Amino acid sequence: MDKQENKAIVTFKDKLLRILLNLFNVLKPSLISIGVGLAFGFIIMLIFNPGGAFPGLITLLTGGLGSGIKVAGDILLHAAPIILTGVALVVAFKTGLFNIGASGQMIVAGYVAIHVGVLWNIPAPFHWMVALLLGTVAGAIWGAIPGILKAFTNTNEVVSSIMLNYIGTFLAVFLIKANVYNGATAKSLNIQASAELPRLGALFGNSKANIGIFIAIAVAVLMYYVFKKTTLGYELKASGFNREASRYAGMNAKRNIVLSMLISGAIVGLGGAIQFLVIGTNLGTTYDLLPQGFDGISVALLGLTEPIGAVFAGTFLSYIRQGGFYMQVNGFPQQIIDIIIAVIVYTTSISVAIQLFFANLKTKRLMKKASTSEIEGGIEQ
Amino acid sequence: MTLIVQLTLVSLVPLLIVALGGLMSEKSGVTNIALEGLMLLGAFVGVWVIRDLQNATNPLPMQLIYLIGIIVGGLVGGLFAMTHAIASIKFNADQTISATAINLFAPAFAIYTARSLQGAQQIRFSAAFRIDKVPFLGDIPIIGEWFFQKTYISLFIAAGILAFVWILLYKTKSGLRIRAVGENPQAADAQGINIYKIRYLSVFASGILAGIGGVIFVVTTSASFDATVAGMGFLAIAVLIFGNWHPGRILLSAIVFGFFRTIASAYSAIGFLRDLDLDTEIYQMIPFVITLIVLAITSRNSRAPKAIGQIYEMGKR
Repeated sequence: MDKQENKAIVTFKDKLLRILLNLFNVLKPSLISIGVGLAFGFIIMLIFNPGGAFPGLITLLTGGLGSGIKVAGDILLHAAPIILTGVALVVAFKTGLFNIGASGQMIVAGYVAIHVGVLWNIPAPFHWMVALLLGTVAGAIWGAIPGILKAFTNTNEVVSSIMLNYIGTFLAVFLIKANVYNGATAKSLNIQASAELPRLGALFGNSKANIGIFIAIAVAVLMYYVFKKTTLGYELKASGFNREASRYAGMNAKRNIVLSMLISGAIVGLGGAIQFLVIGTNLGTTYDLLPQGFDGISVALLGLTEPIGAVFAGTFLSYIRQGGFYMQVNGFPQQIIDIIIAVIVYTTSISVAIQLFFANLKTKRLMKKASTSEIEGGIEQ
Repeated sequence: MTLIVQLTLVSLVPLLIVALGGLMSEKSGVTNIALEGLMLLGAFVGVWVIRDLQNATNPLPMQLIYLIGIIVGGLVGGLFAMTHAIASIKFNADQTISATAINLFAPAFAIYTARSLQGAQQIRFSAAFRIDKVPFLGDIPIIGEWFFQKTYISLFIAAGILAFVWILLYKTKSGLRIRAVGENPQAADAQGINIYKIRYLSVFASGILAGIGGVIFVVTTSASFDATVAGMGFLAIAVLIFGNWHPGRILLSAIVFGFFRTIASAYSAIGFLRDLDLDTEIYQMIPFVITLIVLAITSRNSRAPKAIGQIYEMGKR
């Protein structure tokens, strides 16, 4: 009786351990990349400001928390759009495409959402819904263009997306100046209160955290389901693995390319609308590309190109961005975060090789151990 | 007319040099969309050096300072290109992603370093590098006016680079090897060519040219560097593709793009365009819209190197 119980406990412990070990193995590339990124950032901080580097690192790692519930809300507020661009990048990656045009899709969608939010008069509960929906549609259209060009004229989607980033940025600035310009701030006008996404005031105090985070998680779960369980998801993945083979199997490869980019653009568009349907968040009229679009690349890679992974990666990115914001108190420009993120992306791109390197090291050590013990054994004899 | 030609030359020089840089890398089979970031890093350090040399107590002659800046910028570009080379050649990384990492890194690094070291993000310098008139050659009618008056030494550097790349790729054994590696690495390997060495050198050269182009772009178009090269690196990729991976056609496409960029940035100085009374943004959009349309039309018969973007593993067939 006693023994059996013991055994049950042991197997449960074993199971838990095994799950944790598996999880660790899955997460290993991301963890290595984050570690390398942080180490690199720390070295840069040491070079420029040796005294402040350590406190700076502490602020970076803890800055997000400890400052109360408002900060937690802000992290979620900023996480929602980049989770969505991350999920969008995942959708494209799975079909073998690289949607580097998220920046353009986002600004076009953001403009449409703002346009509706500022100029249209719609009764309260529907105003933000319409803005959100039309923003999504705008993103879908902007995303579909490189898809259509790729499918029908074999235009490299990376290059056409980059061109569309600039076209979208200039177009948005032009439209802001023409329709919703606030001369005093050189930005877009504030949206009407009815167009703002419902806030989670009860949970996060005076933070502007809103339902965007739930929408982002829902979309991630939906995409997980699409890829795991539906024919559409299977076809998209198949044409990502091998376009010729999927065509031979009777799938419409062209349709899949267009569809993938369209869905990807729509999700980015949703993220753009969520980003700008917040009073006080306005589109500027400088010609800089929207950085949140590029965050999607980091989020998707760090999330192991899985929709659910993107949720965690996006939250993490938002968390260290917040830490980077507070690091300015320690005398560090917040661009240190972007440096760290760039190193993380770079390390992820070579993470397969790094893992191989560690595995080789391990086998070499084991072989060395084995050979020395053999020798020792020989001497004993 | 003379004004448009002169302005177009200023725009096309960095585009041409950077696009030729892209050509070097892509001919050996490595895609390089990091050109934008490499330009920016080259420009950052090159302009910094130029500013410091200008502020020295006994400054060197202006043109010499410009040359030193260009060389430093080139070396910086080449150095950072090696990170892309190592990732994509040695570690089998996805080339688009490792290049994207450089593009993300460059502006962040420039802003962080500038703010840390000088407290501000902008690097101001004195933009006094224009040559009013080249002696003797400037007196030739029309040609002298177009090419040898109100010009920069960078124009002649670009001409030299164009000739060098063209001869290297099409008239030398090394060039043949580079092209072989980009078209069919397996066959090249069988011939005893060291694929890795060729690719490393090609990507390094590509970074040098991108860095040079970055310095030239900033120095000839403004009086301060503000952590951006305004998408010129991406435009250079379009020039490369539109030029169908051939130096001569790249020159032609750089002329076309340089012309459109001139219109975008200097339309107010050109009478009939100013009278059209369109918004700045429309003019700025034009080069990118045209690129998109041209790409859509020409991509079907693209002559991109066959092994581009592919990881080369020895022994794989």
